[in-house]
This record gives sequence, C-alpha cells and structure tokens, in this order.
Amino acid sequence: MKEVLVDIERWRREGKKVALARVVALEGSGPRLPGATMAVSEAGEVAGSVSGGCVEGAVVAEALEVLAGDGRPRLCTFGYSDAEAFSVGLTCGGTIRVFVEPLDW
Amino acid sequence: MFEALAAAIRAEQPVAIAEIVEGPEDMLGAKLLVLPGTPPRVLGSFGDADLDRVVTRDVHGELASGLTATRHYGLHGEARENDVSVFIESFAPPPRMIIFGAVDFTAALAKVAKILGYRVTVCDARPVFATRARFPMADEVVVAWPDRHLAEVGADLGPRDAVCVLTHDPKFDVPAIVAALTTRVGYLGAMGSRRTTEDREDRLREAGVDEAGLARVMGPIGIDIGARTPEETAVAVCAEIISLRTGRDAPSLRDSEGPIHRDLVVTRETP
Repeated sequence: MKEVLVDIERWRREGKKVALARVVALEGSGPRLPGATMAVSEAGEVAGSVSGGCVEGAVVAEALEVLAGDGRPRLCTFGYSDAEAFSVGLTCGGTIRVFVEPLDW
Repeated sequence: MFEALAAAIRAEQPVAIAEIVEGPEDMLGAKLLVLPGTPPRVLGSFGDADLDRVVTRDVHGELASGLTATRHYGLHGEARENDVSVFIESFAPPPRMIIFGAVDFTAALAKVAKILGYRVTVCDARPVFATRARFPMADEVVVAWPDRHLAEVGADLGPRDAVCVLTHDPKFDVPAIVAALTTRVGYLGAMGSRRTTEDREDRLREAGVDEAGLARVMGPIGIDIGARTPEETAVAVCAEIISLRTGRDAPSLRDSEGPIHRDLVVTRETP
C-alpha cells in the first residue's frame, strides 16, 4: 500500500477516479503475499502490482470495469486451474484472489 | 477513511484495515479501520454492532503480531460460521536496524537494509565518522556510545528488529552487545574475524554474559558465501537475518570453520 500512496494521491488531486486491487488470498506458489496492492486510475494509469506480472493486465481490465460500471466491488480469482489459465493464469501454478474496488472511501 | 489510513502508514504508526471481501452483495467492500492507542480509534462499520465488535477485537490481535489474514464470521460475528469473509491487513511500523560502528561496511549494510524496508539507525561514538554526509541513506545518524543509545531505545526493540555491531573494537562492541542482550531484539550480529570473535566471546564472558546470551550473537556476522566487499558482506548479513526469521537452513559463518575469506579460485572453467 505504501508504495502506491503517492500515485493515488496525485490521481485524486487531478480529479480522477481510482480503483484498488488487493491480493486477499494466495494458494500454492505465488510471488506476492496477501496485501500486495495495485492502484488503477480511470485513465488507465497503474501503480504497484499484485503478482510477478502474470495477471496485472487482467486486473487492470477488472479495475477499469469497476470504475466504468456500477462501482460494485468484486473478488476475482486467477489461477492455473482457471478456464482462462493460459491467457491470464499464474505460470507458477498458484491461485490468487484479488479484491477489486473503487477507492471512494 | 483512506486519508486516515494513508496518514498512519506515512507516520509509521500501527494501523489495520478489515474489509468484507466475500458475503452478501450489499456488505462487500464494507470496512473498519482500527488505529490502536489509548483509547483505540475505530472508523467505519459493517452495519452490525456485534460483527464490528468481534472483528475489532480480532484486528487488535492481528495487529499486535503484524499479521495479515482472512477470517470468517456469521452475520453478527459468530465464530465457526462462514457468512462473511473479512480480509484483515495489518500495517506494522517498519522493523528497525541499528548499526553500531560508522565504518565502510556500514554504508553498504544501511543501503541493503533500506531496500528490505528497515528503518536504519547508524550509531558511533566518534563524531568525525558518524555524520549524515557519510550515511545519507540512513534514517538517523546518532553520535553516542552504543550502550547509552540502547539504554534509550532498547525497550522498543522486538523480534522483527536487528542490531548489527560492526565496530570490531572491544571497547565499543562489548558494551554494545551486552546492552543489546538485555533487549528483545530478534537478530544480533557482530562483525569480526574468527580470532576477533573468539577474543570477543572471552570478553563477553568476563562481562558476565552466559552461554544463552552468547548463543544469541551471530558472529562472525553473515552467511558463508565468500563475501568480501562491503556490499557482498551486506548481502550476507541480510541473508542471515532473513534465514533466521524464516527458519531456513542457510550456512552461517558462526556455525562453520575455516577462513572467512579464501583465495580466489576458478570455480568453473570454460572448455
């Protein structure tokens, strides 16, 4: 969280909506522990990360959807066992759950 | 609430956030921010006083041990039910590393420790050496005798913190180690050759340190990777700290024999 504060505050000063994506669970092997945080502005700017780079693209897409849509938070699961494993899975074989929400609090 | 969280993280004050990440749709994203203190401050609500109370209690426990975890509750905080999953993230203040001795190795160790997230203090009794200009990467440079500095801050040290004694001068390092042994610091390392280490152990015994105390001192400091430069030595020291924390079996110099530095050998020849 600490590493994304500066970017979040700048985006908010610029009047941009911001979404937060945080790893809330990790099963098996994975590069980042629960608490790893990525922030995404409505302009598509990104700070921080939730994995070793494997699922960031998919998380940005989820975050932008949350910001553009009804703003409901969502819990996303990414993992090898996923149907989409080949497109957005973790190559390390782990599963991560990422909570994506608008930063409106 | 985010401002309060950001302010606490910046000020390096303990804070935790608890958030419903699974459960009834209208509860998703509901959160509590807990700032410990007397009295503790709690911001936000899950919309149920009992759930708030139970989670706040659990958050205090997680925060005390610096843990981040998901816990499951009933809608009113019942244990052993699974209506809501609450992600509790603790933001503990950064661990501290106090480096005694303002030598060449100090700057390299301070740099590597900063990368690992430590709040670094460099302390030396000699004002000529303990200067900001020599250690710009440190959070704090203190001119003081090690034991006096520890008398001031030692009570705050805990299992996540580290004390590294790099002076290898008995006049400084014996009092520093004796003082560090009275704290709860998790890692205590002392630099020096094998001869210096043996000599220091004798002096520590004379100063009244028992075998249990000696066993806490990692000396010669660092794991046995043939480190030679200040930077390599800094990596060896930090690797030792990590391996002791995680309980992994890394070869500490303390537990091996033979020269710390060997002549350079060719380890791999190209055909």
